[in-house]
Amino acid sequence: MMIDTLPLHLSQAPTRRRVYAGQKQAVQDTRLADTDQTDWAALMIAVRDRQDKAAFAALFRHFAPRIKGFLMKSGTEASLAEDCAQDVMATLWQKAHLFDPARASVATWVFTIARNRRIDIARKSRRPEPEALDWGNDDQEPDQAEVYETAQETARLTSALSCLPEAQRALISRAFYGDLSHSEIAGETGLPLGTIKSRIRLALDRLRNQMS
Amino acid sequence: MTIKHHLTDQLLMGYAAGTLPEAFSLLVATHISMCDDCRARSDTFDAVGGAVLEADSAAMSESSLAACMARLGTPDQPSRPAPRKGLLPAPLANYVGGDLDAVRWKPLGMGVRQAILPTSKGASARLLYIPAGQSVPDHGHRGMELTLVLQGAFSDATARFAAGDVEIADETDEHTPVAEAGADCICLAATDAPLRFMGLIPRLLQPIFRI
Repeated sequence: MMIDTLPLHLSQAPTRRRVYAGQKQAVQDTRLADTDQTDWAALMIAVRDRQDKAAFAALFRHFAPRIKGFLMKSGTEASLAEDCAQDVMATLWQKAHLFDPARASVATWVFTIARNRRIDIARKSRRPEPEALDWGNDDQEPDQAEVYETAQETARLTSALSCLPEAQRALISRAFYGDLSHSEIAGETGLPLGTIKSRIRLALDRLRNQMS
Repeated sequence: MTIKHHLTDQLLMGYAAGTLPEAFSLLVATHISMCDDCRARSDTFDAVGGAVLEADSAAMSESSLAACMARLGTPDQPSRPAPRKGLLPAPLANYVGGDLDAVRWKPLGMGVRQAILPTSKGASARLLYIPAGQSVPDHGHRGMELTLVLQGAFSDATARFAAGDVEIADETDEHTPVAEAGADCICLAATDAPLRFMGLIPRLLQPIFRI
C-alpha cells in the first residue's frame, strides 16, 4: 500500500514530538492495532516511552527464542546463546530510545543488536557504526502511517523470504548467520527490497529537510 | 555532495551480516556516514537480517524471562550526537583519534603520505594523502581494494572519483590514479591483500611501507 492511497485518518494521523531527557508522554498506539499480527512496534514504543514491563515481557516471549535460535545457527553453543539472548533483550530495554519505528521494524532492530552481540562474543574484529544522525530538538515523531508501513514492509519481506526456493533462502540465511565470507556473498538476494529501501530513504530525506 | 560511485550490494550485505573484515567495515561505515542512499540500502539489508531472525527460534528456559526482568535498570537517556567538526566522519575520526590534524602521516615520496589505521587481520585500512596533480604509482591488486575519497578528487582510466565516491578494484584492475588539480586528495583505502606495484623500486619498498 502506497502512502498516498492510505485512508485519510491514517495519512493525517497526528505526529508527536520525540521525547527527550526524562519527559514522559502518553501515546495512543491503538491505531496501529488494525492488523491481525501483534504490533511489535507499538509494544516497543511502550517500552521506550513508558518503561512498560508488560510490553517488554511480550517482546521477550516472542524475540528471545528467535535471538537464541539465531545465535545457535551462528555457531553459538546453547547455554551461551540463551545468556546472550537475555543480554540482547536487556540491551533493547536499556537502549530503547534508539528505536526508530520509521526506519526499522522491531525484528530488524533486534537483529542488529543480536548481530553486534555475536561480533562481541567472537572478539575477532570490530564493526564500526556509521555516524549517528542528529534528529534535532524539534523534529516530529514519524506519523503512525509511516510506522505502520515500515512494519508491514518487514512482514512482507519475511514472507517473501519464506517463499524463496530453499537453496536461495538457505544461502541468505547462512550469510546472516555469519557462515559466508564477503567474497562468498552474492549481493543479489532475489528479495523485493526496492520498496522498503525507498521507504527508508523517504524517512532520511524528511530528517534532512528538518535539519536544514 | 553528489555521490556517483556507491557501495555494492555484496559489501552492504556483508556489512549487515557482520562478516566484513574490520577495515572494510570501517570504509563502509564512513561512506554510509556521507551517503544517505547507501544508508537506506544498508538499513534494507538489516531488514533482511530481521527477516532471517524471525524465521527460526529455540526455546528459552522457563526462568529466563524473570531472570532478565530482574536485570532491567534505568534506561539510557536520549542524547544528541555531536555534530561533525572537521572533515572525518565519526567512525573514521574514532580510528584516527581526532580529525585530520591528528593523523600521523608517514611520507611515501613525491609528496604522497599515508597513515595505517589499526584494524584486525584479514584486511588493512589506511589514509592516503596525494598532492593535487600527483599520481599514485601504477599498481594492480591481488584482492579487493576499496578507495573512498574524503577530499579532492582523482581519476583513472575508468572514471572520476570525488568526495564521497568509492572506487572498487579487484585482481583484474591495473590502474594509475591521478589526483586532480585543485585541492589535495585525501582518501581512505581498504584492501584484503597487499598491493603489488609494477615498478621495481616501489616493489622493494613495499614491505617497509606496507602499501
